[in-house]
Amino acid sequence: MSRAPLRDLLVGLFVLAGLGAVAYLSLSVGGLSTHGPGGLPVFADFDEIGGLKPRAQVVISGVKVGQVASIALDDKYRARVKLDLDAHLKLPVDTSASIMTSGLLGDRYVSLQLGGESEILKPGDRIAMTESAVVLERLIGKLVYGGDRGKTE
Amino acid sequence: MVTVVEDLGWSATRFVVDLGRLARFAAQVARAAVAPPIRVRLFVQEVFKLGVLSLLIVCVCGLAVGMVLSLQGYHTLVRFGAEQSLGAVVGLSLIRELGPVLTGLLATGRAGSATTAEIGTMVATEQLDALRMMSVDPVDLVVTPRALAMVFVMPMLAALFIVFGLFGGYLVGVGLMGVDPGSYMSSLQSAVDFRDDVGGSLLKALIFGVLVGLIATYRGFFAAPTSAGVGAATTSTVVVASVSILIFDYFITALWGV
Repeated sequence: MSRAPLRDLLVGLFVLAGLGAVAYLSLSVGGLSTHGPGGLPVFADFDEIGGLKPRAQVVISGVKVGQVASIALDDKYRARVKLDLDAHLKLPVDTSASIMTSGLLGDRYVSLQLGGESEILKPGDRIAMTESAVVLERLIGKLVYGGDRGKTE
Repeated sequence: MVTVVEDLGWSATRFVVDLGRLARFAAQVARAAVAPPIRVRLFVQEVFKLGVLSLLIVCVCGLAVGMVLSLQGYHTLVRFGAEQSLGAVVGLSLIRELGPVLTGLLATGRAGSATTAEIGTMVATEQLDALRMMSVDPVDLVVTPRALAMVFVMPMLAALFIVFGLFGGYLVGVGLMGVDPGSYMSSLQSAVDFRDDVGGSLLKALIFGVLVGLIATYRGFFAAPTSAGVGAATTSTVVVASVSILIFDYFITALWGV
């Protein structure tokens, strides 16, 4: 009978370890914690988002300050990207957003360049100045097309 | 010639009969699980036997699988100059596929076979008949705690397997192969989605737990009451549970995309 409490303790530890593993997977790896409250939601409209996906990083000078919350089409058929930024960021209203690629074929992310205005972006505001993603195929197409035309002329 | 056809018919009939018996058995277990005498002590005891005692093998296997995944993934990715995505490759394969499936197979071999052998021996030594004589339902007392414990234990073991696998992958990728730790973790975190990947993985583990729990107890419960019968039942548990885990895995992935 004296083994029973020890066994219960081990079962308890096992359950704790299991729940801890589930929590680690959900919070740290699954990114559930980054959806916490206190974010600064900001919108940005792009003509072309390339392969940008929800949960992509948003960076300022290369430092992560938030992530892409959702992507939808607006009524003018442009891509409306909702950015979830760190709440204590004070971004000028003329901040611009551009979609970049890490490496040649890496993940897409949004980079913010700060403006000079003294007025500050509020939650729900829209970033007016945006720079679309560079689509590699289109760029190559342009290069090939342009090269051909150059020869014939 | 006639006997061959006859045998074929018999084995087909036996399969259908088996399936029907399994379904009735599952219904009995489900009823016993919710009906009033909830046997917490027995359940805890079974969690100990099925879960705690499988912990070491699951953690060691998780570590080894993560390490080899990382090694293989690195050599493939480095050809495309994409070794930055190693974290995503290791993480997604572990979470979506290998974690639940390998844990299911390990638990089948470690805990499922033991459960069948235990219940089968009870059948062979007429312990279950003794229970029936005392008007105690053996499904309620013997089968249900074991089946429930298996369902409960499987997602936890799978989660631990995955965490140890990620750790092993990190050790090899960052420590041995020199992948940047920041890019390993960030590619892992940006590739893994909570709902689709982690949730789906735990759902898979839960379904495998139901499968293994039911098959192991069913095979033991209907084992032939001889020592050869117990042996055959144990073998059949391992074979049937392993095959059905792999088949169900395909269909879960195809249907829900997890």
